[in-house]
Amino acid sequence: MKILILGATSTIAHETAKCFAADSAELFLVGRDAPRLRALASDLTARGAKRVEVIAADLAQIDGHPALVSHAVESLGGIDAALVAHGTLGDQAASQADVQETLRQFTTNATSYISLLTLIANHMEERRTGCIAVISSVAGERGRGSNYVYGAAKSAVTQFASGLRARMAKCGIAVVTIKPGVVDTPMTSGIKKGPLTAKAEKVGRRIYVAMLKGEDVVYTPWFWGPIMLVIRTIPEGIFKKTKL
Amino acid sequence: MVTEVRSAGGTGSEGGVRAPNIEAPESRHESWGRFPRVNHAGVIRLTSLADLPDLGTIEGDILPFGYGRSYGDSCLNDGGVLLDATGLNRLIEFDDELGVLRCEAGVMLADILKVIMPRGWFLPTTPGTKYVSVGGAIANDVHGKNHHVAGTFGANVTRFELLRSDGSRLVCSPSENAEMFSATIGGLGLTGLILWADFRLRAISGPYIQMEQIPFGSLDEFFDVSADSDKHYEYTMSWVDCLAVGHHLGRGLFMRGNHSWQCAIPGKDWRPKERFTVPFSLPSFALNNLTVRAFNAVNYRSQYLMTKRGTVPYDGFFYPLDVVSHWNRIYCSDGFLQYQCVVPFVADRSAIKDLFSTISSSGQGSFLAVLKTFGNRQSPGLLSFPRPGVTLALDFAHRGERTLELLNRLDEIVVAAGGAVYPAKDARMSGDVFRHSFPRWEEFLQYRDVRFSSSFWRRVTDAAA
Repeated sequence: MKILILGATSTIAHETAKCFAADSAELFLVGRDAPRLRALASDLTARGAKRVEVIAADLAQIDGHPALVSHAVESLGGIDAALVAHGTLGDQAASQADVQETLRQFTTNATSYISLLTLIANHMEERRTGCIAVISSVAGERGRGSNYVYGAAKSAVTQFASGLRARMAKCGIAVVTIKPGVVDTPMTSGIKKGPLTAKAEKVGRRIYVAMLKGEDVVYTPWFWGPIMLVIRTIPEGIFKKTKL
Repeated sequence: MVTEVRSAGGTGSEGGVRAPNIEAPESRHESWGRFPRVNHAGVIRLTSLADLPDLGTIEGDILPFGYGRSYGDSCLNDGGVLLDATGLNRLIEFDDELGVLRCEAGVMLADILKVIMPRGWFLPTTPGTKYVSVGGAIANDVHGKNHHVAGTFGANVTRFELLRSDGSRLVCSPSENAEMFSATIGGLGLTGLILWADFRLRAISGPYIQMEQIPFGSLDEFFDVSADSDKHYEYTMSWVDCLAVGHHLGRGLFMRGNHSWQCAIPGKDWRPKERFTVPFSLPSFALNNLTVRAFNAVNYRSQYLMTKRGTVPYDGFFYPLDVVSHWNRIYCSDGFLQYQCVVPFVADRSAIKDLFSTISSSGQGSFLAVLKTFGNRQSPGLLSFPRPGVTLALDFAHRGERTLELLNRLDEIVVAAGGAVYPAKDARMSGDVFRHSFPRWEEFLQYRDVRFSSSFWRRVTDAAA
């Protein structure tokens, strides 16, 4: 199996990569931090990966995407499955104060996803088998006052992935939308943890299983499915008064 | 010219030669179509490359025999002796870096799959049953659903060793004894006994196939779907309802697939299912025009409305009939006739349409009709059956003269179109049809081992001699 992972240094992506490494997969990892990528490569090789290639790149630089994806395709000899997992939680207050910051967040969390998903999908279409998994968020289901810049970006990712799934189903390629809740990782270090906070290891493994099975939309942990169903049905008049 | 090689090219088998021990044939020494029935003078069981019999001392004609999956009489030798090669069942060397396997000729493809699948390899091409020997796959130059990509089995064989009745052992490859190499691929076991072979494997991620099933309403639609599918899919074939007439003529289901990317899918068991068996021959009324018509109509309608997609274990995709041991017994004890032909591509597709309208108007049901396009990849085999064009495979319950007359009419259409009829599935073609199908047959004569013959060979050449 030849797997491309974008945002590979994220804790969740690392957990998923460990599962593929145990299956002797060939991995191509993209992240911003070269030393951390090298450490990741050693870790995954030791865990059984047949081959690990890494490249350091800032995925917010959209102009670099075509060359990056071509490089991954050539290096692996074709992509069987891709996981798009990069992103930042952002600072809602800073975004509100500065429109440039809002747009930067949107570029990282939405526009860059749209660019990468399109490039990857166009490569995979000809292969007639494979999987593209994308990490969205339960935050993309509804705009909350406390976090709507991040939420709006994830909402764009969710809708884009939904349409892409319909397109790719015709050629046997699964598009898997992952919607994690709060996961205990460095990205969420500023958020208070509660009983609903999930372990990264569990979420990473769930992504791996969903990719192999070619599932459509996956809430992880599962209880976010019913929770979000309730949250989506709250009328806007009431929702705007909540402190969510 | 042929050069004699006495060492076994790295197999380490420097065995002596013994006088053969001739045993009585068993019930399994019959062909898969169970027609014709013949009387063999005896069977010599081969047990080891280190302990091979002296073929020169055997009286009568000899013919190698594997698992008896040829349908007609190409694996039979009436009045002669069979060399039962199923005891030559050892793997010799597996290079799992390069994907090359060397094994003895009696190894079954099913056995090879058990070894290579978990290590990320698949057969270069596979026929519709995995219960055939490597030697048989070479001798019949078998093809599979990926012919348009991979060519025949013989096109993926790189080397083998042949034992001749004069005691000589020839290592053959495209660069050593190249003529004998070409003659043996598709050579119907008549050039000598294949001892071992090297062949290339295909790298895969895992045991699943990403497949699609598309209904088509006519032959023209079949050709459209086929042309499109051959570009993107490694495996293609279709099932056709032969009894449909008029505007339903040529309706069917197109199956296409690629190896799926996953090495394992949680909760999806891929290991081949337990086999169940047809314990005895069904009575002749079990399979008649009505049952076939009903089967085909139900099979077609139940899938008619939509294209189905899915990720399925390889075994059911490649070997749907292997689940039922002795499925040949659904035909009554009179046996059945298989028929497979290929006709070259022509713009108006008239030959293939004529074949279908002839079958459909004869009212003789074919339980399974399989249609596939062959690609351009040339096999080295002198008598290789696959060639660019469309191939149609059918089977008919043997209902005497009526069935034979129908098949003769099909032969005429095939020969007129410049096509060929497949010996591995034949029990009745005339010498004339054989010679038209294989115009290089005379060239083949010089490579045939004079002590080797088969019921098929005598049938199609005696009149010409």
